[in-house]
Amino acid sequence: MDLHIAHLYPDLMNIYGDRGNVIALSQRARWRGIEAEVRPYSVGQWADPDWPDVWFFGGGQDQGQDIVGADLAGKNGAGLRRSVEGGAAIFSVCGGYQLLGHEYVPEVGPAIPGVGILDVTTRAGKKRFVGNLLADSTDGQLIGFENHSGRTFLGTSAKALGTVVVGNGNNGEDKTEGAIQGKVIGCYLHGSCLPKNPWIADQLLIWALARRHGDVKLDPLDDRDELAAREQAIGVARARP
Amino acid sequence: MPDALALVATAAGKLTLEGLRLAGRGGTALPGLIALTLDPDFISALAGGLPHGVVCVSGTNGKTTTARMLSDILRSSGWEAIHNRSGSNLDRGVASALLADATWSAEPRGNVGLFEIDEASLPGVVGRLRPRVVVVTNLFRDQMDRYFELDALAKRIGEALAGLPRETTLILNSDDPLVASLALRRDAKTIYFGVDDPSVGGVVPQAISDATRCPRCSSPLHYDRVILAHVGEWSCSNCGLTRPARDVAAAKIVLGPSGSEIVLAGTVGGIFEPLRVPIPGLYNAYNALAAVAAAGALGIGLAEATRALVNFRPAFGRHETVQVKGRTLRLVLVKNPAGFNAAIGALLETGRNPRILAALNDRDADGRDVSWIWDADFEALAPSVEHAVITGVRSRDLALRFKYAGLAEDRMEVVDSSGAAIDRAVALAPEGCEVAVVATYTAMLELRAALARAGMVSPFWED
Repeated sequence: MDLHIAHLYPDLMNIYGDRGNVIALSQRARWRGIEAEVRPYSVGQWADPDWPDVWFFGGGQDQGQDIVGADLAGKNGAGLRRSVEGGAAIFSVCGGYQLLGHEYVPEVGPAIPGVGILDVTTRAGKKRFVGNLLADSTDGQLIGFENHSGRTFLGTSAKALGTVVVGNGNNGEDKTEGAIQGKVIGCYLHGSCLPKNPWIADQLLIWALARRHGDVKLDPLDDRDELAAREQAIGVARARP
Repeated sequence: MPDALALVATAAGKLTLEGLRLAGRGGTALPGLIALTLDPDFISALAGGLPHGVVCVSGTNGKTTTARMLSDILRSSGWEAIHNRSGSNLDRGVASALLADATWSAEPRGNVGLFEIDEASLPGVVGRLRPRVVVVTNLFRDQMDRYFELDALAKRIGEALAGLPRETTLILNSDDPLVASLALRRDAKTIYFGVDDPSVGGVVPQAISDATRCPRCSSPLHYDRVILAHVGEWSCSNCGLTRPARDVAAAKIVLGPSGSEIVLAGTVGGIFEPLRVPIPGLYNAYNALAAVAAAGALGIGLAEATRALVNFRPAFGRHETVQVKGRTLRLVLVKNPAGFNAAIGALLETGRNPRILAALNDRDADGRDVSWIWDADFEALAPSVEHAVITGVRSRDLALRFKYAGLAEDRMEVVDSSGAAIDRAVALAPEGCEVAVVATYTAMLELRAALARAGMVSPFWED
């Protein structure tokens, strides 16, 4: 069995250690004997938008985000939408999450359109949310570190990924963190997210493998190190938000 | 003559310093903070009285080592530098250093100021110091929870430097596009240093490249050679911006386990003897180039500067070595992916299989977001690690990073306390072996405190 992982704009949207999510997806596939290949997809004509089973889209600096936004406004954004319609999964964090929504409304100037895959809208906020982020979800707690000034609000088609316990999450107002809609997830969890929240990684693997391999039951992994890291991080988040 | 306010601030600051010293404390920040609260112009009032002027050393990595190298050079040339040696590098650290070396009548007891400045503080401090020379070593992503974005920081530094008088000389790393372009907005003297040796670096961009876009026109940069992260031989094919000509260049570098040898070239004129840098790592070679270039800007010749560096001793956690029960602990401070990758490079250059004691904390001085470890190239390190003992407030995150980089479970273990971690790492290493202690700032302080309790090292502010 093989898995195709696309890393979106690794040269521009690569701050805050989000690369760890790609490492987690590929290692957790390989440890189960699944062959994983990672390919970069950056600015310019994409050779094959139908290749990926799962896309990762991380956060970036403002300069990077402008360039990426412009790139996704063209053919590549359409390619990404078609890929999701064809059954691919997406995991996105921070800037990537914002760009998958309908639009980003800056403090001044016109709104910047997003890809529109997630039913969310983001507008600029004055105060930056920086700190540990802990949220409850039906599958367990989510732990990470947030660093954003955008305020994201969910539409009716997107469900919150979790409920904020420590930190601010989507917007600091409604206690929601992240969004999930079909096979697309967005969140504000750096950390990296997937190594310390491994069941999200495994859910993404199941979704991704289903595209070309049908329903796959994943072998369980020894996650004691992952759980130890999340327990330690949760302790820190509660003590020092 | 200092004004009345400066005299009051000096007295209050010095009293605080004496009090802290009586209490057995270091006093590298609080006395300065008190002086600055009483007299916001305290720094300019005192620094203005230094006959040879002020040198500022800034950048993400290498500030402390570069400033200490320059300090050795100045001393051997008979200058008396007022220097924030301990690495307390916010404005209060500068003020504290000025206080420690001022008379009670607010006259400096030195003839030149040598100040390492935190890169995020540089825009706010540099105008007050009106420096004769400003050195910028490099700009990498660092503690994102504090500084946010690198492009924005580079822009602010560039604007602050543009406001300095024409007499100020900039010493800039030609190989770092973000640093080299700091001079774009200035029409004044700039000395560039860089590494020309074609055998240094590769052609593959690293995962942590922060500046793959042109600082002037935002087009993708082209690299003929990548040395570390976005540092290398770069050019922009769109607007034509390119790596500036080097005034101080390493034509050839031989890297060794305990130091490197650099053959110098460039417009400053060559010397026959190579520059010997007695601490390992390519990044320390860069620091030496920066120090030698800064000395040149102050009128100190290459030969003299080179001689002064032969006996250089590293600062706290910058490849400082400590003997423990017949083992050598090599203390390497890391605080960001570029620094970590540089440290890994230095470990791997030795050709040995490193034994590691690694410690990760997430306090303010470490950076509260530990995400950066996923940007660092643990994948390059893991295959050659003999054994790793892991500790710190976020030890489990670090262990997870090693696991995902492919280090086998039986080659690593987590030990909670600093003291126990040192004991374990020493016990596992055969006598005569070296253990690389790789730690973030407060984690290194804790490890060093444990060593001090065991009588192995002195408290760090005393050196």
